Amino acid sequence: MANEQTNHPTSQATTMNSIPKTYKNYINGEFPRTESGRYYSVEALDGKHIANVGLSSKKDVRNAVQAARKAQATWAQKTAYNRGQIMYRIAEILSGRREQFINEMILLGYSQEAAELEINACIELIVYFAGWTDKIDQVFGSVNPVASDHFNFSRHEPVGVVGIISPETPSLLGMLGLLLPNMVAGNSQVIIASKQFPLPTCTFAEVLATSDVPAGTVNIITGLKSELIPPISQHMDVDVLVGDVSLDTEFRVLCEVESASNMKRVYFWESFISLDELNSSPNETISTCVHSLKDPYHILHVQEVKTTWHPISE
Amino acid sequence: MIDRIPIDAVGVQERVARLCTRSIKKESKLQALDLALRMMDLTTLEGSDSEGKVRQLCNKALHPYTELPNIPSVAAVCVYPNRVALAKSILKDSSISIASVATAFPSGMSSLQIKLDDVNYAVSEGADEIDMVISRGAFLSGEYARVYDEIAQIKEACGTAHLKVILETGELGSLENVRMASDLAMKAGADFIKTSTGKITPAATMPVVLVMLQAIRDFHVATGKKIGMKPAGGIRSSKQAIQYLVMVKETLGNDWLDPSLFRFGASSLANDVLMQWVKEKTGRYQSLNYFSND
Repeated sequence: MANEQTNHPTSQATTMNSIPKTYKNYINGEFPRTESGRYYSVEALDGKHIANVGLSSKKDVRNAVQAARKAQATWAQKTAYNRGQIMYRIAEILSGRREQFINEMILLGYSQEAAELEINACIELIVYFAGWTDKIDQVFGSVNPVASDHFNFSRHEPVGVVGIISPETPSLLGMLGLLLPNMVAGNSQVIIASKQFPLPTCTFAEVLATSDVPAGTVNIITGLKSELIPPISQHMDVDVLVGDVSLDTEFRVLCEVESASNMKRVYFWESFISLDELNSSPNETISTCVHSLKDPYHILHVQEVKTTWHPISE
Repeated sequence: MIDRIPIDAVGVQERVARLCTRSIKKESKLQALDLALRMMDLTTLEGSDSEGKVRQLCNKALHPYTELPNIPSVAAVCVYPNRVALAKSILKDSSISIASVATAFPSGMSSLQIKLDDVNYAVSEGADEIDMVISRGAFLSGEYARVYDEIAQIKEACGTAHLKVILETGELGSLENVRMASDLAMKAGADFIKTSTGKITPAATMPVVLVMLQAIRDFHVATGKKIGMKPAGGIRSSKQAIQYLVMVKETLGNDWLDPSLFRFGASSLANDVLMQWVKEKTGRYQSLNYFSND
């Protein structure tokens, strides 16, 4: 493809390919620019400018949480089977746009092999979690023995709105590892994208927008962790914070302390792989990461157990 | 009797758009929120209004948010006539007024005698303010004198109670009609003019309110009387409320930035104002989970 274009330097495709792109936030199914009007430059490892990305403010956090809160019931009330279908469609569309993601990862410093392995792992992980939507209650719900004339059963319900703090790398897999269990759980989410490697997450918003995921179920904002973590961890309408263990201690403490205000649940899962590790041993690191992310208990962490006592007669 | 004044609808839109660009932040925002809360007519006008619901509403009016004791109480509660006595019994020792809708609210489709009885009943139960509806059907068929006489007689029936005249602007069709109905209501003796019942969409919109404010200004210039304004219905966010306050200040001046001359008719606005208030004080964005519905 690239060779073909250099053979026709005046073709429109060449010109189109080179237009600079400004990546927007993804809020309520739309792609608004950041409220702050500020941007930062995403650069390749050699310092070459790749794209402009929004430096979001606390008002973008506010808008995203508002959209997520509004959308949460819509997503949760879809049948489990339908949520599975929609998530599977995300995998289909991601697979169709594989090349774009690989190109973006390579621009950011990935080796070809690492980029390919990561996108394959992402598709695999989405299909894995898509399968859990209509099985979580069957596997983890329970009928409980009680001493009275009651039929007593427990099932899992969504917690509500989740703030997700993506690890820097792996650029897409790291974010999906935190996002997917929450989608299965029926929560709606606000994702803070990787600062240094935001492009795959931003492009993933375009995948979501064409996958029948209801507007507001997943919202993505880009910018500095130091500006975005305080408002989201202080927000009274966010019920859970999920981050990665690689997050700086300073931010992890901030998440825990501020979450006390409305007793948010705070989890740090393991989805981080450094870029060096990704490029030096992609096969091993990615398969280890996927293995640890394929954990249905992550879904249970972001759900609440509801137990019902149903009276029965002899 | 009443002149038909042409209105430049595009000009009104542009003026509104310009007034909406003001940025009110920090200290001034807190002042505006305080004022908006003090100007609020906390309203419940549902067929399902039970005693419990009205009791809740009155408690909310007295103590909007118990965790911040310095928060002011609202101007009035607005209920149906058969709930006035209950509201009165709860609010009698407070500064909060009881407003009651009357005159075959919300359609106004009944005889004058029934409307007068409705008003007398509400006043005898203890209402301090009466929110009447005009006969839109009569107004639109050009029977202006009849509409005028109705308002005048109802004003008389109110006695000492304040009269707010609901124009139901969503049914009037044009800004010219809004202006004309405003002039007519003020001449007939209204203490307040009010946009809507809240039962019709569109309810209060900014262009309509601007036209009504201009009518109030002209009436003040001509007669020296200060008539109050009450937009009602569709005002749900603090941001909208603050935009209305900007418009009032720019059109009528500081005198009208007072609960005696300006009110918001709203039910869900109160919680948004409270949430913004707490956000300004604590820096944390708030959740509706922590604010009572009524």
